[in-house]
Parts: sequence; structure tokens; C-alpha cells
Amino acid sequence: MTQEFVKFGKREITTDEPFASGHRGCIGCGEALAVRLAMKALGRDVAIANATGCIEIISSPLPDTSWEVPWIHTLFENTAAVASGIESGYKMLMKKGRIPQKHIDVIAIAGDGATADIGIQALSGALERGHDFVYLCFDNEAYMNTGIQRSSSTPYGASTTTAPAGKVITVGQQTQKKNMPAIAVAHNIPYVATASPSYPFDLMEKVKKAADVKGPAYVHILSVCDTGWRIPTNMSVTIGRMAVQTGMFPLYEVENGKYKLNVDKELKPVEEYLKKQGRYRHLSDDEIQKIQEHVTQEYAKLKQLATS
Amino acid sequence: MSRDGQLVGEFFMNGDVASAEGAICAGCRFFAGYPITPATEVAERMAERLPEVGGTFIQMEDEIASMAAILGGSWGGVKSMTSTSGPGFSLMMENLGLGAMTETPCVVVNIQRAGPSTGLPTLTQQGDMMQARWGSHGLYGTIAIAPSSPQEMFELTITAFNLSEKYRTPVLIMSDESVGHMSEKVVIPPMEQIEIFPRRKPTVPVDEYLPFKADADLVPPMGNAGEGYRFHVTGLTHDERGYPDMTAEAQDKLVRRLLDKIELNKDDIIILEEDGIDGAEVVVCSYGISARVALLAVKAAREEGIKVGILRLVTVWPFPDQKIKEIAKKIRAFVVPELNAGQVVLEVERCAGGAAETILVPHMGGAVHDPDVILEAIRKGSK
Repeated sequence: MTQEFVKFGKREITTDEPFASGHRGCIGCGEALAVRLAMKALGRDVAIANATGCIEIISSPLPDTSWEVPWIHTLFENTAAVASGIESGYKMLMKKGRIPQKHIDVIAIAGDGATADIGIQALSGALERGHDFVYLCFDNEAYMNTGIQRSSSTPYGASTTTAPAGKVITVGQQTQKKNMPAIAVAHNIPYVATASPSYPFDLMEKVKKAADVKGPAYVHILSVCDTGWRIPTNMSVTIGRMAVQTGMFPLYEVENGKYKLNVDKELKPVEEYLKKQGRYRHLSDDEIQKIQEHVTQEYAKLKQLATS
Repeated sequence: MSRDGQLVGEFFMNGDVASAEGAICAGCRFFAGYPITPATEVAERMAERLPEVGGTFIQMEDEIASMAAILGGSWGGVKSMTSTSGPGFSLMMENLGLGAMTETPCVVVNIQRAGPSTGLPTLTQQGDMMQARWGSHGLYGTIAIAPSSPQEMFELTITAFNLSEKYRTPVLIMSDESVGHMSEKVVIPPMEQIEIFPRRKPTVPVDEYLPFKADADLVPPMGNAGEGYRFHVTGLTHDERGYPDMTAEAQDKLVRRLLDKIELNKDDIIILEEDGIDGAEVVVCSYGISARVALLAVKAAREEGIKVGILRLVTVWPFPDQKIKEIAKKIRAFVVPELNAGQVVLEVERCAGGAAETILVPHMGGAVHDPDVILEAIRKGSK
């Protein structure tokens, strides 16, 4: 059975803003932009569990709070577990007739640290149990809220305060970015996707689709952080687009295990992307070549998955 | 900087950074941690400095893993440390108990912030003092130290390592955001002037070694993994060989020793700072940043002619029962300022046993005391 999904276009986007302006994000915050777009796609019939992190701290304090929908700040590690509870609670209350029958999208929001590091246990549990909820990971590739510490989602070669490009270890982050979408796919859930606010309609369609499928859905959204990536504040949309065009962050979706690449053009050299960011300024040509080889290889694997 | 990468001289640094430098001087060469305000600077400093002195820094996936990793590091033979704050300290509790049960030397720095829960991540509190003592389930002794300045963050981190090696137990640095984020002059002496207590290595032949057979002071020497000693480390109740022995008798023998090795060595462990207690009517008993804030109130009270002394608990756990008992007999009142709703004051009250009045000066955190409020309590105590 094919499900009809909502499409978004320039003139068809709602002017409603469930995530209102006036928050405390840094100028040019890619993550706030991504959350805004996601909320436009979701509308107001939602309940949100938000892990500790940038979005929680920039969007919640009064009088600047951005949230015009029910919203719970959880801890750092338990967002998916709290979302599981909300979903189960609603289900039971509706079954018993205590609240009217209505579809409420239960949304878990977390950063890359809260997803790939401290919260992965709760996430895995929730995906395995099959709760009908959406997990949105806003990945800015480090712990930006506490001041740019590495996470397992930080790409190889990026310099952070706890994986600095130093005198002895000169490369910065020594490990490859953890493949969270693949981990989500391994739970055999109905929908997994990657998205970027630099491709706004694609992002909104994916978030909406994630909410519409029955069962758990996971969307991994690259959220450019101009503070942590050390780029000019007017560059976050451009850099986000380059991440996709160079294959550093390919856009794809996995519906019931079937991979599909959403942007599939010839890749630009990663050097163009790396050279624009202060976090990669220390990289030697050799290291850049290593990153290029890794990206080319990973992209080829992804392409193979999408064509098989 | 000296040849081996240790800093020597005068520096302007905050308490977090000073603690990291203290650890490096103490011989810490393994740090596992996780970012959390206001303790992140300890990890950041270690990330930068440990590779320079041939050590290893790992950022773990959470605080549970951080605490577990330093237990592993210590059993591997390397002096190990982690740092955290409230929420992370809560996550570490089960592994802290494992460290106490397996008698694993290590140091945990807690830069306390205002709780409960996420609370005030960037602001101060001394709300974890009882958690430090009782946070992990079951029965075990605790050593906890409360520095009052960046200089003490440096010095007492070294003390913490020494005590953890001497008594084979995790030692807690119970600092707070005010001290952690306070920048002051820190003097780092040359290594020759720093006293280091090395690991208590077994003196018996390899095949006679029993990893949990204690010396006369109730502490067993520690062989490291890979040195040829046979041992078995477990969180289950165990005998001298380290093998599980799940009986009431074994439990009594082991747990009694875990408690006694701290309790009976109290005189060696406890560090106190006293000023003007002889002849005092009132004694301000405090620790950490609160003890430092109280100094202004004490000065003002003395100018008013009130005879007031100071008892600063540099180590808060084990608690100096005897000292408090003795002082209580001679004074009218204890004044206990702390940045919580009353934790250490309960111990002061217990030990004073009614011989002297106990006046709590509470503060819910987010800032330090107004010295006038402490002064008012001193005045009240002197009447």
C-alpha cells in the first residue's frame, strides 16, 4: 500500500510558527533554522520531549521562549524514553476514553551528543519497542552548548576543545563520525532519513513523512553551527549545502529498509567544504586526501545500497 | 615548564584548570570524562595537557562510562581521574560504589552546581555533600575534600591522589562552581617539593599475593593487571583472594574493613584549619567557598568584640566527630553556613550533641552567602 505524503513548496508553506522567533540562538544558527522548518511541517498537534542541549537552552527560558506547543525538557540521556512514556500514556488515555481520539505526534528532539553518545541506549530501546514517535537528531557535530567538545558525531579531522589539534595529536578528532542513521536502520524501523535546512522542502517533507508513518521514525538533520565550526555567521546555509554536495553529509531516506538518495549529483571535492571552516584549518593536504578517500568510499557504499 | 612537561611557577588560572594541573603533578596519566558545565574546563585542560606528558585523555559517551573507565585505568596501573557536576555525579554513583567495593584508587572532581536535576548549570551550590557520603547504595567509607581556592584545587587534588593510593579508595573533590570558575594566582612548586604517595605495591612473591588481604592499617597492597599477580576483581562480596563469597560472615568481614579503613585512620585523613577557637563563644564551621565567604563575617564580628573562631573542614568526609565534640563543650554556638538547605550542619549538630547550639545559615544556591547574613547568625549565637 502506498501512503500519500505531503509535499511542500514555496507558496504552500504555512505562515504559522509553532517554533517562534526571538530565541537566544547564535546569529546564523543552522539548528534553530532546522527546528523552525521541522515545526512548520509538524504543526501544533504535537508533544515534544527535548533533551538538554543547545536547542533546549536557547529556546526555553522566559521571556524568549519559542515553544508554542507542549514541550518537556528531559535530561541529557533520556529523551527517547520520555517520548516513549508520552506515546504510551496518550495511547492508554485515548483507549480508556479519558481524552478525545486524535492523532498527536510525539516528537523527541536531541542533539548529536544526546543521540549518539549519552542517549543511544534510550533511543535504541524506544526504536526496538516500536513506539509511534519521531526522533529528530539535530547534529551540529559537537557539544556546542558546553563550548565545542567532541562527540562521536564529530567528523574526523575537526578540532574541538577535547580533541584539539595540538602539539602531540595534530589532527584533532581521530575517529570517524558515527553513522547514526545506519544504527537506526538496523532497528528495522519504517522510516529513517537524513536532512539539512539548506534543503528546506526536502527537510519538511521528510519530517512530515516521519510523523505520518506508523511506528518509530528517525530523522538525522545536519545543523551547521557557525560558532563551533568557526565560519562567518552568514554562511550556515551555504556550508550546509556544501556538506551535501561534497558527499560529507548525503541526503537520503530509508523506507522500510529501502534506501533512496535524494540529492545525487557528481560530488564536489571535500577540500572546498573543509577549507571554509576554522575547525579544519590545521589539516594537511595528506589529511584532506584521507578525508576525500573516506567520503568517496562511503558515498559509493550508499549508492550501492540505493541501487540494489 | 620543566622538561617532563610539568608546569612550574606562578600562574593565573581558574580552579578547574588548577585541579587538572594538580592531577598531572600527582602523576595522573589517565583521564576519562564527559562535558558538563561547570566542570568542562577540567576535561578540556586534560585533553590538551595529558598528551604532552605522555598520558591519555578519553572523552567517554557519558558519566557512567567515565567513572567505569577510570576504575579500569587504575587497575591497569595508571593514576586516573574524572571530573563532573551534579547530573553527571548522579550517574557515576553505581560505579563509585564499585570503586569502593573493589578498593580502586582514583579521584573524582565534582564541581557542584545548583540542583536538583539540571538546576542552574552555570551557578554554584554545595548541594551534593550528603550524596558524596551516601550516594551509592550499601555501606562504604568516603573521603571527600572541599577546596576553597584555585590554589587549593591544585594542592588538594594532589592530596586526593595521595589519599586514594594510601587507602585504596575513590577520593572525591567536592568543589563548587564558585571555586571552579574563580581565577586567581596559583603557585606550582617544582616536583621535588611535592610529596607523592606511590601505589602500595605487593611485597610478597607473585604466587603468595592475595589482592584483598589487608596490611595492619586495613588497606591491601595492589598489584596491577599484567604484572603477573593473580587476582579476581568483583563487585560481589569477596574473600581475600577476591573470589565471591556470598555469606553473612564474608560480608561482615569485608564491609566492616571497608568502613574501618577510613574510620580508624581518620586522624591521618582529616585535614582541618582552625583559627581563634581557644576562648571563642562562637565557632563558624564551614567548608569550600562558604568558609571563604564567612571570613568577612568573622572579621566584622571580631571588630564588634564577639569572640569568634573558625573551623574549616578541608576534608568533609570522614567527619571530624571528636573535634566537634571537644569544641562544643567550650563554646555557646556553632554557625554553619553552607550553600544548601542544611547537610553538613546535621553532622555538626549530631556531634555537638546539645552541648552547643547549632545555627544553620542556609542558601539555596545560585550565588554565595551575603556575609551580613552570616554575621547576623554569629551575633545570634553569641547571645
